[in-house]
Amino acid sequence: MSAVLLIARRELGGYFRTMTGYIIAAIMLLADGIGFQLFGLGAGEMYSADVVSQFFWVLFGINAIGSIFISMRLIAEERTAGTLPLIVSSPIHDWELVVGKYLSALAFLAIVTLVTLYMPAMILVNGKVSFGHLAAGYLGVMLAGSAAIAIGTFGSALARSQVLAAIFTAIMLLVLVLAHLFARITDRPLKDMFMALALYARHFPPFQAGAIHLRDVVYYVALTYVALFAAVRVMEARRWK
Amino acid sequence: MIEVKGLTKYYGELAAIHDLDFSIERGEVIGFLGLNGAGKTTALKILGCVLLPTAGDVKVDGIDIARDPHEVRRRIGYLPDTPPLYNDMTVGRYLKFAAELRGVPSSEADKAVADAEEKTATREVHEQPIFSLSHGYRQRVGVAQALVHRPKLLILDEPTSGLDPVQIVEMRATIRALRGEHTVLLSSHILSEISQTCDRLLVIQRGEIVAQGSEQDLATKLGGGGTIEVEVAAPSARAIEVARTVTGIGECSVLHETGGVAVLSLIGPPELRPKVVRALVQNGIDVLRIDRGAARLESIFLKLTQDKGNGRSQ
Repeated sequence: MSAVLLIARRELGGYFRTMTGYIIAAIMLLADGIGFQLFGLGAGEMYSADVVSQFFWVLFGINAIGSIFISMRLIAEERTAGTLPLIVSSPIHDWELVVGKYLSALAFLAIVTLVTLYMPAMILVNGKVSFGHLAAGYLGVMLAGSAAIAIGTFGSALARSQVLAAIFTAIMLLVLVLAHLFARITDRPLKDMFMALALYARHFPPFQAGAIHLRDVVYYVALTYVALFAAVRVMEARRWK
Repeated sequence: MIEVKGLTKYYGELAAIHDLDFSIERGEVIGFLGLNGAGKTTALKILGCVLLPTAGDVKVDGIDIARDPHEVRRRIGYLPDTPPLYNDMTVGRYLKFAAELRGVPSSEADKAVADAEEKTATREVHEQPIFSLSHGYRQRVGVAQALVHRPKLLILDEPTSGLDPVQIVEMRATIRALRGEHTVLLSSHILSEISQTCDRLLVIQRGEIVAQGSEQDLATKLGGGGTIEVEVAAPSARAIEVARTVTGIGECSVLHETGGVAVLSLIGPPELRPKVVRALVQNGIDVLRIDRGAARLESIFLKLTQDKGNGRSQ
């Protein structure tokens, strides 16, 4: 088995061997349910497509926040528990460690996200749902989740503790989510740059509406790549310290 | 097996180790001895490919650790000062994970785990979750993860740290059993453990090696030729008077004296023992016992570290 899968499998198992994984999943699903009821099903008369759109808006937000807590343990916990030397003294590359950790957290997020399928299914009771809309929405949610988890992996590589990792990740995600607000108060070319970086405002609404634009897919994939690349560099730099 | 030349590591402005030179032969059990903060852990982290050195050459099995750390990692097993254990896993699963991480194929991992558990006497906790293990078992599982992929070189940082006397004896036996099959480099500030387990000692102080050799070598070098311990059935003053007549014997002291029996420590090379016995017997003094009175390791260690400390500007 490759080192990436080996690390991902152990880490994913770690979420389910302890209560942490269940607690995070339960809180996220509860929040998803409450959000869906408040802004979707229970928000008055709406077209089914609008309810689905509201559902993905809620899912985006809860997944982004959940990603902070899912990813905070990835590398920071290894550091505090003193288990990192096992991995860094093994014949594996730093990128294999980082990608393995990232994949485990992404798989956990995917499992939690998959459980939310019952919510759009409930819309079917009194309305119609386009499966294309659902597919696009879930793709967007997972792409955005991937970027958030990658940023969390980077935050976890930087931090000495899980709490610090969560704080670093929350700050980075907040800056990216609010980037479109910075765009409003700046002039070009900064305005364009902030708008292009906006984690939600620029790139998620098309998915929410059921449209897949290559530009948005590339943005989330590129953000994932850059964050993982930075995490690998942090791990390499620690060997020099 | 290990060739170290000019190894230096700076943490910012602080030199944790400075210009270390030493070599270790295949199959040796070497003890890295030093006070806390002497630089042992830093040196072992570099040999374990966890840290990169600031300067110097380190070759493990002929491979440069800076140029090809990946290949070096295949040849080493590393136990840091805190065993790197995942509390949420069982011992068996953890060791299998460690084996596969170190490149043991999945099909052979179970056999490798069984062998490692056999060597470290951890078979009976195979199914036990790591969080429930005693400190002694945690250390042993730590050693097991270091040797599960059958590395040529084992690096053990303070393997007996925090163990009770019974567990220390068990750990010593475990390490001694590894002799020959593995080259072992272990560190400690527990002197008796080092002397009983290792073939050779490297004494490190303030990031520099201040002495190396066997316990006896160090004692001889420091004692200016060594010491002799002699037990006589006579008053100590009379025995000392006679012993001093032997050419080559310097200062004499009384270690203890009860019921007409005295134990003396004579400064002089151990080769003078026959002459000392002859002189004592010819003067009517019964010799009950005579032995190499090597300076005890604690005093050697203190002398080495204090001399070095006094010699440096603070």
